[in-house]
Amino acid sequence: MTAITLIPQLLNGLQYGMLLFLLAAGLTLVLGIMSYVNLAHGSLYMVGAYCAAVVFDHTGSFLLAVAGAVAGAAMAGALIEQLIASRLYQRDHVEHVLASFGMVLLLNELARTVWGPQPLFLTVPKALGGTIDIFGIQYSAYRFAIVVLGLAVLVGSHYLIHGTRAGMLVRAGASNPRMVGALGINIKVLNGALFTFGAALAGLAGGIAAPIVSVQLGMGENILILTLVVIVVGGIGSIKGSFYGALIVGLIDTLGRSFLPLILRETMNRELANAAGPALASMLVYVVMAVILAFRPKGLFPARG
Amino acid sequence: MGAAYGQVKVGFITPQSGPAAVVGQDQLDGFNLAMEQLKGRLGGQPATVIAEDDQAKPDLGNQIIKKLIEREKVDAVVGLSFSNVMMAMLKPIVDSGIPAISTNAATSVVAGPGCAANFFSVAWQNDGPAEAAGKYVNDGGYKRVFMLAPNYQAGKDMFAGFKRYYKTAVLDEVYTQVGQTDYSAEIAQLQAAKPDAVFVFYPGAAGINFVKQFSQAGLNGKIPMFSAFTIDGTSLPSLRDAANGAITGASWDASMDNPQNKKFVADFKAKYKRIPSQFAAAGFDAAMLLDAAVKKAGPDYADKKKLAAAIKSAGSEFKSVRGAFRFNNNNMPIHNYYVFKVENATAANPVQTVGLALENHSDAYARQCPLK
Amino acid sequence: MTSLSLKARAACLLGLVALLALPVLASLTGETFYISMASRILIFGIAASALNLVFGYGGLVSLGHALFLGIGAYSVAIPSFYGIGNGFVHLGICLVACAAVGAMTAAISLRTSGIGFIMITLAFAQMGYFAFMSLKQYGGDDGTPISATSRFGALDLGSSIHLYYAIVTVLLATIVGMYWLRRSSFGMVLRGARQNARRASALGFDVKRTQWLAYILSATTCGIAGMLFANLNAFASPSLMSWFISSELIVMVVLGGVGTVLGPVLGAIAFIGAEELAKAVTLHWAAYIGLAVIVVAVWARNGLVGSMASWASKPVKVQA
Repeated sequence: MTAITLIPQLLNGLQYGMLLFLLAAGLTLVLGIMSYVNLAHGSLYMVGAYCAAVVFDHTGSFLLAVAGAVAGAAMAGALIEQLIASRLYQRDHVEHVLASFGMVLLLNELARTVWGPQPLFLTVPKALGGTIDIFGIQYSAYRFAIVVLGLAVLVGSHYLIHGTRAGMLVRAGASNPRMVGALGINIKVLNGALFTFGAALAGLAGGIAAPIVSVQLGMGENILILTLVVIVVGGIGSIKGSFYGALIVGLIDTLGRSFLPLILRETMNRELANAAGPALASMLVYVVMAVILAFRPKGLFPARG
Repeated sequence: MGAAYGQVKVGFITPQSGPAAVVGQDQLDGFNLAMEQLKGRLGGQPATVIAEDDQAKPDLGNQIIKKLIEREKVDAVVGLSFSNVMMAMLKPIVDSGIPAISTNAATSVVAGPGCAANFFSVAWQNDGPAEAAGKYVNDGGYKRVFMLAPNYQAGKDMFAGFKRYYKTAVLDEVYTQVGQTDYSAEIAQLQAAKPDAVFVFYPGAAGINFVKQFSQAGLNGKIPMFSAFTIDGTSLPSLRDAANGAITGASWDASMDNPQNKKFVADFKAKYKRIPSQFAAAGFDAAMLLDAAVKKAGPDYADKKKLAAAIKSAGSEFKSVRGAFRFNNNNMPIHNYYVFKVENATAANPVQTVGLALENHSDAYARQCPLK
Repeated sequence: MTSLSLKARAACLLGLVALLALPVLASLTGETFYISMASRILIFGIAASALNLVFGYGGLVSLGHALFLGIGAYSVAIPSFYGIGNGFVHLGICLVACAAVGAMTAAISLRTSGIGFIMITLAFAQMGYFAFMSLKQYGGDDGTPISATSRFGALDLGSSIHLYYAIVTVLLATIVGMYWLRRSSFGMVLRGARQNARRASALGFDVKRTQWLAYILSATTCGIAGMLFANLNAFASPSLMSWFISSELIVMVVLGGVGTVLGPVLGAIAFIGAEELAKAVTLHWAAYIGLAVIVVAVWARNGLVGSMASWASKPVKVQA
């Protein structure tokens, strides 16, 4: 374990964490403020990635592709909110689970019908295709850009929630929707806007991830699980919490995968280490989550005390 | 053409939805293309194909095979896509004696101790492509090989297959998580180890993810990448230039130069507007094989044992798009394994044959199969 | 509602007769496939009922119940791997393993609540999934074929007819058990805790202990379903522990009616049955099923049982 491998792995963990943060931020807001469990969030990520690939195919511009991703996912989110989610806010969480389960099935099949089973193509823009120098290490410029973007979203959403009137209304709506309504604010519009914003963030994540992962059916499911882990670790409803949660999950997952097998090899024979290492590395994130929840059942930085 | 003596019913089981759909789609398209060319007949007899979607779920595969055998009363089943789904379908197949032709998976179990007289693979035995890559890398004099694969049975089998023919000790064998999308950590590890070659097994989405990220890290062209089941017709369209220079071990590629293959690739491109993958080729071959077998069995085609025997001997007679083909004692293919290189992913003919790795190759498990 | 209306009783009786007669009818008409399809549906009915105990009665949403399906399945697969086909051994291992894992995971999970509970149960299922995936000698991801199916003396679960009646027996026992539990003091505490845990505690009941015991019971019942499943498929694989299956179980319970006795079974029948029907009709069946699930979530508030209850409670018109 030298500095040569540690620093790139730290950066990798950071970057992976940022991607998870983009997804988690949208999900935690919707869950924390409207108390709506949106398991279709991963599908919105998929919609974003598909829109990015399609726009890129037609224009060749990465920026337009990302804009397309955000727009596409936001529109899908708005539609879902209007037709389905808004009717379920007052209901039990499990009814949200049921509805979003149905959404996942529907969206996957729609994607297959429209775009076919073949994965789509999108590549890193030339401008970010090279490497940059960090502490003497050559690191992918694109992945570094993801880290920067994540920080920008963190700062931006913090300002949005705590520094603007809209953000104040959102926070008020979370504590006491009726009062907000009585003060003449249309809570329905507020909720719709918030849901759409969460969907837009998911779409952004999809657009950003599309050049480096496979854009295909069901791509949202696996990352959704990790996103749920992030918001639970970070604390529901808290953007700050999902940021730290994402960092923790990203770092533990990345560092665990790289170094756990190596560490195991010091203590046991190679055969056993090769068998146990990856299995333990896969479980590590869940073990850590379970430990954190055992001591802090509401996560590290819950929105409400 | 003799009198029609019956209706041949074939069940076709592959994943048609979810992430694995792209593989299932190719197999079905290849099979359907052949059926079209055979004018909807197998062995001259009118044929019905019942296509089912196993969604790459073993438990569904088990249910579907029972439905096809007991309710639809099919004469043969084709497809059986992924290893874990195939294994779930094995017992009903063996118990019923129904002739089954795999166009994808053939695990070491079914090639060795679990072999059956009615289970065939017209595609390959799972280890083959890795063995071919291993031989080529061995002969190429590479001394520092770094290996990566997902942490499941097939990954372990691929490493075993590679090492069967690559005699030097490998630098490292890294198992990644199943379903992992981000390989930056492993690629960083790889770079630190300074290998002179990399061998990977990443089917499906994982392959696209890995190759994209490998290329993005600037390693494409710097470290030769050898692989099995990672880069093929289903992933090239979404990889494009990121795949350039990659070398694959396989028993078939669209670039192969024999008359059947040239016609098949041209017909496939004309009908489906894309280059066929090895899965499509296997689907096509399966139909042609069945056609020859039903013809051979004659009016006895409805007798499962006789059809199975006919399939076995038809293996040496039908014209496979890959060239030389016959069945081994364990009903696995004996065929050549080549090494292919992606020269220019966006060209009309992206891949070139680089060499013949293993000639008339038998899999390593044939001896463990009691069949003759 | 302790007494069933005339319509409801008639419906239950009809259902029971249909269940018992199915294999006979299927064999007579030569459509033996329906025995295995029905077996599969009823096994999910058992698993969903088991989940209903902690989820419906207890209000604890477990997104990790598939773990016990998997453990149950491997309790058959692993002994079979070593040639042991004795059903009592399989059952013993299943009960002990599920109870132990259930006890351990519940002890930790019950320290959290709400979303935390959901996620921790999911985490445990994922851990089980990854653990079994890496067990090479039992096939790992490829799964293990089961050659020695469970034999209980003359009863061989490898035979589809024996298995079907075994499943029906277990299902009926589960339904009766759930009905009885619902009205027992144990069940009352559990259900009371769902509504207001603090009040239940204040009344002197040990809420955590009740929930813990309920979870263990639920886990072992689910494990038995897994055991039956392994015998049905003669196969076990880690994919049985996937979170997707855990989600499907939740969907079945909610579809049928959370906290009702027959809900989960009806939910299983409806969900899988609708899937099969849709698959026969269109390639895009997943979209229609998804749509149907959404519709039920939004408009059929109390699930199928709720809708049927309103149908059943309408009085039968009798000519005076």
